[in-house]
Amino acid sequence: MNTDHYLTLSALLFTIGAVGVLVRRNAIVVFMCVELMLNASNLALVSFSRAHGQLDGQVAAFFVMVVAAAEVVVGLAIIVAIFRSRRSASVDDASLLKY
Amino acid sequence: MSQLAVRVIPLASGEVGVPVVPAEADGLLSLVWLVVALPALGAAVLLLGGRRTDPWGHLFGCAMPIGSFVVGLAAFAQLLGRDAEERQVRQALWTWLEVGDWQAEFALLLDPLSMLFVLLICGVGSLIHVYSVGYMAHDANRRRFFGQLNLFVTAMLVLVLADDYLGVFLGWEGVGLASYLLIGFWAHKDSAATAAKKAFIVNRVGDLGMSLAVMLMVATFGTSSFAGVSAAMPDASEGTATALGLLLLLAACGKSAQVPLQSWLLDAMEGPTPVSALIHAATMVTAGVYLVVRSSFVYAFTPTAETAVVVVGLVTLLVGAIIGCAKDDIKKALAGSTMSQIGYMMLAAGIGPAGYAFAIFHLLTHGFFKAGMFLGAGSVMHATDDDVDMRHYGALRTAMPVTFATFAVGYLAIIGFPPFSGFFSKDRIIEAAFGEGWIYGTGALIGAGITAFYMTRVMLLTFLGSKRWRDGVHPHESPRVMTTPLIVLAVLSLVGGVLILGGWITGWLEPVTGPEEPHDLFVSPLVLTGIITLVVLGGVAIGWFTYGAGRTIADYPPANVRFATRAARADLFGDALNEAVFMRPGQQLTKALLFVDDKIVDGFVNGLAALVGGSSGAARRAQTGFVRTYALTMLGGALITVVATLAVTLT
Amino acid sequence: MIAFWALAPLMVLAAVGMVLVRKAVHSALLLAFVMVCLAVLYAAQQAPFLFAVQIIVYTGAILMLFLFVLMLVGVDASDSVVETIPGQRLAATVLGLLFGLVLVLGVAQATMSASVGLGAANRDGNVDALATLLFGPYVLAFEVTSALLITAALGAMVLAHSERLTPKPTQRDLAAQRIRDYADHGKHLGPMPTPGVYARHNAVDTPALLPDGSPSSLSVSRSLQARGTIPADLSPAAVDRTATALDSTDSHQRSAAKHTDRGSGR
Repeated sequence: MNTDHYLTLSALLFTIGAVGVLVRRNAIVVFMCVELMLNASNLALVSFSRAHGQLDGQVAAFFVMVVAAAEVVVGLAIIVAIFRSRRSASVDDASLLKY
Repeated sequence: MSQLAVRVIPLASGEVGVPVVPAEADGLLSLVWLVVALPALGAAVLLLGGRRTDPWGHLFGCAMPIGSFVVGLAAFAQLLGRDAEERQVRQALWTWLEVGDWQAEFALLLDPLSMLFVLLICGVGSLIHVYSVGYMAHDANRRRFFGQLNLFVTAMLVLVLADDYLGVFLGWEGVGLASYLLIGFWAHKDSAATAAKKAFIVNRVGDLGMSLAVMLMVATFGTSSFAGVSAAMPDASEGTATALGLLLLLAACGKSAQVPLQSWLLDAMEGPTPVSALIHAATMVTAGVYLVVRSSFVYAFTPTAETAVVVVGLVTLLVGAIIGCAKDDIKKALAGSTMSQIGYMMLAAGIGPAGYAFAIFHLLTHGFFKAGMFLGAGSVMHATDDDVDMRHYGALRTAMPVTFATFAVGYLAIIGFPPFSGFFSKDRIIEAAFGEGWIYGTGALIGAGITAFYMTRVMLLTFLGSKRWRDGVHPHESPRVMTTPLIVLAVLSLVGGVLILGGWITGWLEPVTGPEEPHDLFVSPLVLTGIITLVVLGGVAIGWFTYGAGRTIADYPPANVRFATRAARADLFGDALNEAVFMRPGQQLTKALLFVDDKIVDGFVNGLAALVGGSSGAARRAQTGFVRTYALTMLGGALITVVATLAVTLT
Repeated sequence: MIAFWALAPLMVLAAVGMVLVRKAVHSALLLAFVMVCLAVLYAAQQAPFLFAVQIIVYTGAILMLFLFVLMLVGVDASDSVVETIPGQRLAATVLGLLFGLVLVLGVAQATMSASVGLGAANRDGNVDALATLLFGPYVLAFEVTSALLITAALGAMVLAHSERLTPKPTQRDLAAQRIRDYADHGKHLGPMPTPGVYARHNAVDTPALLPDGSPSSLSVSRSLQARGTIPADLSPAAVDRTATALDSTDSHQRSAAKHTDRGSGR
């Protein structure tokens, strides 16, 4: 099985996630897109791990998952806090920190 | 100690330079520092102590210079008891400045010259302090006045006692400050505030000469102490000597109100009269003469600078005398005469060893009689509600007999009437001037005649003639606290001439100025004295026929007068000249520079700031606050990074 | 190989769909699909442990958390179609295409040596080998992640916690307030009407009919209205239309309802 294909898939998923972050306004969907990007990178890590015959890539992917879990917990808490005060989950509404 | 005896260096030109080689102070003379410290303590207590020293401040202020005078007298007795070679003593106090290898010590030098100055400053200063107790009795700020007087005495004593030009400079600036403060003592009067600023600024020109001279000494000789400079002078080039001499002369001109820096002295009369007597007649304005005499070891090597001193003195003595003729303000008339008399001293000092002693002699006698006359003028003002216009006086002789008598003694002394002190001192100076050249002698002789004329005028307008008092003015004799100093000064003016008897003062000053040189005269000295006396009497006679002899004095100065009178009233256009030559171009230059600063320098700076501000204002629009815009930027950055990485990896 | 070719196009389609669908819940479900597919690809690449973790932690825990928050925030908080930042969509699309193109080109340009495979590394089992690594060379990082998780948990608690500023109202307070509201504004004292009551259907999404025959919007959940399950228009005609439509699909219920509801009308 060729590693190139996995990497290409990973690149595509990452790009789609990135575009999703840019295009969507619902904070939760934006967050999901970020998760997609993280998963895409995980796929690349696992593919490289197999390509090199070493497990360090899998360990890295494991750490990415842990960090993603922590990030989701905090990020969702922030979204809930913002929603509670503004009654909105749009990332464009929280735009007071500007010129 | 005998090794330190006076060495005399003969020169090709025939002049000599006397090096300063002092011994360490010992015994009673080690108390010299007290002379300076006492008034310094007075100034500190009175100026820092604030209002709580008001009740006894004036007495304390009087006690300090009197204490200094007592210490000075003791030191004088001590010096008198020594041999002539051992009369220079030095007391090192502390190291003042230390820069690398170079260091300046703060040390006091007591020698015959500074001894005489100490006695003059402390003696006359004490009398004027006592007088001020009465004169300033009704002034709310009397304590501050005494504090500033003490500050002046301190600075003046530092000036004459320092053994280093740097120390002289300290005192020089100190007296300038005290003079500024005291001229502007009544700063609520616009004229007084302006006069104070004028005095300060004009003096600054002279101070520039002083500081440049000190710098030149340090740069050339590596030292500025009298001993070091006098030892190094014989090896110095004539250019250096001339430069030093001219710079010191500039300094002397500023402090002593000599042409061309004379303009401040007449305005300085805005200060309280004791200030005019002490600072602007007896002591501070003579600092220039002191500086020239003290620097005899410099002038000995530069005939050019000496000639310049003589010319400055001669011009000033005539200018001052002419100005004095036209002033109706009694203090300004006296100020003109002060300029003139200091011109005599400068003339004598410029002549060289032949005149140094006479310059100092005239300085002392002038200190006595001019201080007495100023105090007398103050007494008259005290009696006439601070009116200074002599046309409003007349016939004060009967109302104020003591003031009249003491003023008359001063009058006779200043015109050089025998046997008053001024007769001896002025006579010797004119003699020495004739010895230097007939043109100098003639100028000095004419000056003596004019002096006699305008002093007669002052005398006649003030004390004789008919009453021209304003309504409500009831002249009365001043209290005893004021008349006592007048009497003492009158006595000194009368008997001051004894100093020259038997050539005492020339012998006393010999360790400093070198031996007196004989000079050739075209007639015998006795005949010359007769000629001088005749000229003086002629001046008195002209004065009498112009203002006395039953003539009525107009209430206002006549407007329809000759050009000469108008010029004299306008201080010989000194102020106009300064304005035209320095002030107006200076203002123009300032305006031009201001324009450059405002438009070009500031324009550049402000323009740069505006550019940065404007572009920042535009650039901050990029901060939209939208997270997604920032994310877009991040994606762009990531793209660039990936492209760059690929570009590097694939090539 | 088969797994890859079977799943990869579906994954890409699902990901694109995730970005494009309007409702957040649909996005979440599509993401869940992508993640499960990823888990299968992990398994195909000799990573059974990650396969399990991906399903349990990611799909099971994290994504469920997303769904919880979605419910908390309200499923009706969907995006409006109008883009607020001018040019954002175009720029994002162009930049994204460029980025993907560059990445794919980069991958295509790279020359890969033949895949080594994890046969040797997984000789004693994948989990054992990973554990040896995690508690060996990576133990410090592992410990640090534990601190990170605790911090994250604390942070979430702090952020989600809201301080009570007034004392909690007791039942007595609530009752008094209700009476006051009735006295001041004439607000109805009793409970709100339950859905389906007096209507022909006994269901939560059927608004109750008031005694005069009009449906009451108070009787149904606002969420259901927002979701579009219930027509926002609750005029009698519209309700009748709905009822008729329902009648034709379920005659038995219809006749029962007719019998109970309109019996009085006959």
